[in-house]
Amino acid sequence: MKNGFVIFLAAFAVLVMSWAAFVLGPQLQLGCAKQVPVLNSTEVYPLNRPGEAAQGLQVYRANGCAACHTEQVQQDGVACEVVLSSAGKNPAAVSNLLSTLKLNGLTEGEAQAVADKITAVGGKVETHIVATGADIARGWGLRHSVAEDFLFDDPVQLGSVRIGPDLADVGRRLPNASLLLPHLYAPKSVMKDSAMPPFRYLFEVKKIGASPSPDALNLPKEFAPAAGYEVVPKPEAKHLAAYLLSLHADVPLYDAPFTPSAPSKP
Amino acid sequence: MTVNENSTHQIDASCRVPLLVLFGGAALWLVAGSLLALAASLTFHMPDKFGDCPWGTYGRLQPAADDALLYGFCIPAGLGVLLWIFARLGRTRLRGALVTVVAAHLWHLGVLVGMVGVFVGDSIGFAWLEFPRGGSALLFFAYLLLGLWALMNFSGRKDRGMFPSHWFLIAALFLFPWIYSTANILLVGWPVRGVVQAIIAWWFGNNLVFLWTSLAGVGAAFYFLPKFSGRPLHSYYYALFAFWTLLIFGSLRGVPVGAPVPAWLPTLSAMNSLFLIVPVMAIAVIGWKTVRGGAAAECKGGPFCMIKFGFVAFILSALLLVAVSCPQLGRLTQFTWFGAAQTQLQLYGFFAITMFGAIYYILPRAVGIEFAFPKLIRVQHWCAMLGIVIFVVSLVIGGVEQGLKLQDPNVAFADSTKAMLPFLRASTTGLLFMLLANLLFALNIFVMILAWKLSVAKTVFAFVISPLTKSEVKA
Repeated sequence: MKNGFVIFLAAFAVLVMSWAAFVLGPQLQLGCAKQVPVLNSTEVYPLNRPGEAAQGLQVYRANGCAACHTEQVQQDGVACEVVLSSAGKNPAAVSNLLSTLKLNGLTEGEAQAVADKITAVGGKVETHIVATGADIARGWGLRHSVAEDFLFDDPVQLGSVRIGPDLADVGRRLPNASLLLPHLYAPKSVMKDSAMPPFRYLFEVKKIGASPSPDALNLPKEFAPAAGYEVVPKPEAKHLAAYLLSLHADVPLYDAPFTPSAPSKP
Repeated sequence: MTVNENSTHQIDASCRVPLLVLFGGAALWLVAGSLLALAASLTFHMPDKFGDCPWGTYGRLQPAADDALLYGFCIPAGLGVLLWIFARLGRTRLRGALVTVVAAHLWHLGVLVGMVGVFVGDSIGFAWLEFPRGGSALLFFAYLLLGLWALMNFSGRKDRGMFPSHWFLIAALFLFPWIYSTANILLVGWPVRGVVQAIIAWWFGNNLVFLWTSLAGVGAAFYFLPKFSGRPLHSYYYALFAFWTLLIFGSLRGVPVGAPVPAWLPTLSAMNSLFLIVPVMAIAVIGWKTVRGGAAAECKGGPFCMIKFGFVAFILSALLLVAVSCPQLGRLTQFTWFGAAQTQLQLYGFFAITMFGAIYYILPRAVGIEFAFPKLIRVQHWCAMLGIVIFVVSLVIGGVEQGLKLQDPNVAFADSTKAMLPFLRASTTGLLFMLLANLLFALNIFVMILAWKLSVAKTVFAFVISPLTKSEVKA
């Protein structure tokens, strides 16, 4: 390699290869991705986030929430569990049988065998598919995160480190802004040993007017402002809460199947 | 033209002003970056104190600290060293110094604009790509200008030889505009949809943080190690092999295990991370065989020491990447502090310390003034080494501990954060040592810049007071 031009060509070739693999390839595969059908349902997933939540994503971005929180639930695999839906005519025999059987953490074949045994004594069963893994066991999600979860997000905030818990499914864990807002204002008021810094700048402490503001936070005594004052979320805080509420990756998809516990839930 | 036109002294002197601008700004950002990193890490020790203003929040401080280190220090320092090595190896004076000076100012301005953007909440939202468009456009054009000038100087070199350092440095020179424009166009200009954004951001992050620094740092080390040890690089063909394998395996990775993307991407990344063992071993052998038994191999805490330390840090940093390519270890350490430890080892332990060595060697020669506090150089080296070792060891061990706790669903999440606290205290101590090192480094650089400005002022003053006659100048 005596010539600068040769190096240029060589480096160029390698970079084209890398670019083709990590930019062009994914773009061809996913760049035109569309909504996908939800398993066993006529609905499609994902829906665009509502306007407030989309604005909240920008608050999430601006404050670098992804520096501490991931949005990537992991799963080890899937297992089957057998659930009794009706004991049938001979409940005593069924319950005797159930006490001897292992009902969860089964493979498909094992589940089928267990189901056959129970049906043989007259019980009716359903076989459920459940995701397994530490994150699932923690209740951080019902299944692992997939590309579809982020279809309409810009920017996509996957994060890389769990200084705080995973948020991919936080909207299902904390389904209410009145649970989220105090956590943003004073994390320790909700979780005693939370390590999260408070985001007081997203809130306003103001004098209570003629009547208390309907938005005012309901805080425990030690975190509440002085008497006659109330803590009211600024629009950013409301947007952020709306975004967090919109984070629920809880429908079964072709590449992440599971049996939802409430069958009618979209 | 006189015979003396391209003497070593002349070549060094021709780089003076561009290097002072590049390195001076870099030293400033280095200090700023470590102050920000320290402030960010204080969040863990007193989270309640950081809630009242938006720019004091961890999510802005930490990315700003990272960017100040990478864009503020590493890249301009690397480019300055590259310009000087090109001039030295080509035995040619740096031409068009004015353009490089302008480009260097533009670069530092771009970093400033970007940093302000991060603090006011205009971050793009991807790791290593936080700078909003104004800042990134300035960076791109400044780099283009500097890169083109470096290449012009390279192609106009008197000594037509091509050395292994050349390959690594030229590849680094090409790499940045390519990845930076791709990432900014596809993430900011015309954003792609969904997780493709994340994939591109990871690809960019790896190519910049790992590959660019590896190419530029190893290229510089391959120049300085033979020079200091008084032996030729061992050997041309080893270096050729290392160059190719590093370029191929180093560029085809970046997507972490378990990411919500098509499975072939993390698999391909992990495979190439594993293959990194090949260039790393080749580079280690080159370094070892070049330095071992060298006649002049005495370092005494000076530039040679730093470049040797940086070299070892590079091997270790790349070995950490190889280690987490193994699926079990990868799953255990993902989402933990392990990643931050590896990044810091790469950027500070390897690249920044290599650059310290190079700058300490280059600047006195280019400026023609010795450092004001030569003894502090040794102190600085010890602080930097101590700081990075404390930081990396505590966060690697802490990361594994945190990973074990995260993998066990019976351990409450809050316990995994609590268990990290002692390790974070240690890493904050490491940051303190690095801050001290950076301050000492900046002190020597700034005093030199001041001394140089003073001497220029004196010359101008003397010229105004008593201009030399033409005959005197000739003599």
